[in-house]
Amino acid sequence: MIGLVMLAVLVLLAVFAPLFISYKDEVIKQNIRMRLQPPSWEHPFGTDQYGRDVLKRIIWGARISLSCSLVVISVATLLGALFGSISAYFGGKIDQVIMRIMDIFYALPFNLMAICVVASLGNSIVNLGIACIVGVVPGFTRIFRSAILPIRGQEYIEAARACNTSHFRIITKHILPNALGPIIVQATLNLAVTIIAIAGLSYIGLGVESPMPEWGTMLSDGREYMRSYPYLVIFPGLAIMVAAMSLNLIGDGLRDALDPKLKN
Amino acid sequence: MSNNNQPLLQVRDLTVEYQTDELLVKAVNHVSLTVNRKETIGLVGETGAGKTTLALALMGLLPKGIGKVQSGEVLFEGTNLLQLRNADMMAYRGKVLSMIFQDPMTSLNPVIPVGKQVAEVLELHNEKHLTREQINARVDDMFRLVGIPPERKNEYPHQFSGGMKQRVVIAISLACEPELLIADEPTTALDVTIQAQVLSMMSDLKEKLGTSMIMITHDLGIVAQMCDRVAVMYAGEIVESGTVEDIFEGERHHPYTEGLFGSIPRLDVDTDRLKPIQGLIADPSDLPSGCHFHPRCPYATDRCRCEAPEAFAQQEHVICCHRFGKEDAQ
Amino acid sequence: MGRYIAKRLLLMIPVLLGISLLVFTMLELSPGDPAQIILGMKATPEALDNLREQMGLNDPFWIRYLRYIGNVLRGDFGTSWRTSLSVIDEIIHRIPVTLRVALGAMFLTVLIGIPIGILSAVKQYSLTDNLALGGALLFSSMPAFWFGTLLVLLFALKLSWLPATGSDSIKSYILPWVTLAASNAATLVRMTRSSMLEVIRADYIKMARAKGASERQVILRHALRNALLPIITIVGMNFAGLMGGTVVIEQVFTLTGLGTLAINSVRVLDVPMVMGEVLFIAALTSLINLLVDVLYVYIDPRLKSQYVKIRKAKG
Repeated sequence: MIGLVMLAVLVLLAVFAPLFISYKDEVIKQNIRMRLQPPSWEHPFGTDQYGRDVLKRIIWGARISLSCSLVVISVATLLGALFGSISAYFGGKIDQVIMRIMDIFYALPFNLMAICVVASLGNSIVNLGIACIVGVVPGFTRIFRSAILPIRGQEYIEAARACNTSHFRIITKHILPNALGPIIVQATLNLAVTIIAIAGLSYIGLGVESPMPEWGTMLSDGREYMRSYPYLVIFPGLAIMVAAMSLNLIGDGLRDALDPKLKN
Repeated sequence: MSNNNQPLLQVRDLTVEYQTDELLVKAVNHVSLTVNRKETIGLVGETGAGKTTLALALMGLLPKGIGKVQSGEVLFEGTNLLQLRNADMMAYRGKVLSMIFQDPMTSLNPVIPVGKQVAEVLELHNEKHLTREQINARVDDMFRLVGIPPERKNEYPHQFSGGMKQRVVIAISLACEPELLIADEPTTALDVTIQAQVLSMMSDLKEKLGTSMIMITHDLGIVAQMCDRVAVMYAGEIVESGTVEDIFEGERHHPYTEGLFGSIPRLDVDTDRLKPIQGLIADPSDLPSGCHFHPRCPYATDRCRCEAPEAFAQQEHVICCHRFGKEDAQ
Repeated sequence: MGRYIAKRLLLMIPVLLGISLLVFTMLELSPGDPAQIILGMKATPEALDNLREQMGLNDPFWIRYLRYIGNVLRGDFGTSWRTSLSVIDEIIHRIPVTLRVALGAMFLTVLIGIPIGILSAVKQYSLTDNLALGGALLFSSMPAFWFGTLLVLLFALKLSWLPATGSDSIKSYILPWVTLAASNAATLVRMTRSSMLEVIRADYIKMARAKGASERQVILRHALRNALLPIITIVGMNFAGLMGGTVVIEQVFTLTGLGTLAINSVRVLDVPMVMGEVLFIAALTSLINLLVDVLYVYIDPRLKSQYVKIRKAKG
């Protein structure tokens, strides 16, 4: 519940940010006179080294983090569903080939894979998203596959096949809906992971670049000044944590609701 | 230890409840039960009647934080087990009281060789300070006793069949020659042919070791074969108890017992159809008023709906039903 | 067992080939020109052409890839375009820092994660459990690079107890260890807890209690070993991830491990260096996975008879 409220606040702020914050004049415009102001009534989170309001930048940053991770997870879920269901449903050689390809992606730690992708495609938020998708898809494929495998043998699938239903229809109408539970949970939890990953990669200078107000980029920019102005690194990190935590809470709640086995 | 006239185990007015987030489940309600030395008591009833809960309560193994004894006492040779500290109770478990669980497939630890699992119970209750060799010799003896070649003691549970696993479990539970063995449906999970083997082995061992036994089952055939006395449980209560003869041959019965007998086929009587008991077992989180059996009882009256029946006793034969009142007693 | 390990080692070959092709292709797609990067913006077109010819960059993609693989098979990983040092030497040079970080963090993770996870499961729904779960939630939601930055801020800049950067003394590793252990232990606590909870409900645990075993014996002798399988997987994956160079954390503490090497090489399209490192880390990860699977067999006797099927069961 708390998670839902936290997320709702973040989403509302992100969606309606353009109504009360001007991107051009407040989020990216430099104002040297106002630089490095400590938190005050006027600037609750202070201002950064270019005199921009940190709170407003963080709110705008929610737009980037949330939308980017949402797109990443949506695409990754679709691809995972595609590969996973094909792999589980057809089995045999096709399964072998798909899973071996996923093994290849699995054998590299996420960060290493991500920096290779961003290096080859160039620094941009889109390429950062692609890197994240590449990182998430193998895991999703496995989850889909193992969620579908037990369903494949069920009698109602046999029955559908006996009725001459097409493979596509069986997968989309009969198999996927029944495998949905664990996947929704994983997708929610992975949203949190993706938010942190996007921030982390931006932090090391891959992906989103200044002056775009990405949380990881802001944190990295603030490091230089953190000895005297610690709020410059505290608040952006706090924002990442709040976003990730709300999604983790929701994911855990969903898991408890869908899989009461662990509850007692 | 104490005089031999005293019953081995006396359960008095035992009530057990399970408290979960939403529900209060009354699993065992005011149960009294006596087990004499060397006697086998059959505890009969449908799934959900509270038989296993009663057994776990006797062992002091109710699920922590959820299961709770609300009232009553469990006197073992005069000692109230419910008041023992856990450390003292540990000395009883496995040594004086032991238990066989329903499913042999899951009651052995999959990562420990079976011999070690038998040895463990001996090590835990090693008052005689047996050496490792002596314990190993005892393990071999136990394996022979239950009909498993001792050479197999270094194998793991997954290498044994269901019947063999249950033999190992029996070896564990009898290794310390306990006074009382609680067997919770020990053969339900086994094939019929294996059932017979395991049961006859259990009666032999029980005779040999002089163990008393509480046999939990829903199979009346097993009761007739193994038990001296029988208690029939319904919705957490003992609705009828008596000797095997009372239950199998007596004239008067609790309607629930009648129902149980009506649902098994008989060879000696020509029956067209079996008569199963109508309806489902009472929901222990929402027990019916009056006699808990009344919604399913063909003889139910208004009195049954509002008033809980008293026990009606004829020597050892006790029935809790309004149909048998004091006026019938003569 | 030997045959199984041999089979798994053979299976690593296609995976490594696949990775090398994948990364080689990705670097190929990159818009940058290595010759330009090496010589700088002021280089004359002739010089650039000469260098390209010298480096074999003018050959078609497949020729270059096969040439690279051929060299690797002969044990020659080439020299870095950036530093002109041998790729292998460079990697070996970086390993100690990464290994120290990884081992220390791993040790701390296990030391914190498993006992808390067990305690949390044994006392389910108690205050301890709730605190443990709350802590796990907090640390798994907290970006490690932020937590590390906060630690630097507090212990290095404000209190001056520990150095903020460097890799000379054991003191400089404390903050990286704590940072990495905090987030890894958060996952491990949850995993240990749920795995223990599942095992604790098994009949053989009731049986162990019925034998008269103490709660301690029940947990340590009977439950833990059965609950260990998923725990080992997580620990193995964590360790592989840490050895892969914790790119972000190394940036936070300016450690010069494999992660920093990777990012510096990728930035300047140092193909031999990136390829060498990728192959090294992929091989290491596969070996750790193999080690985990072999450990499984020793922990769970049920697998011993069917260890060849492990891969399928896991997938």
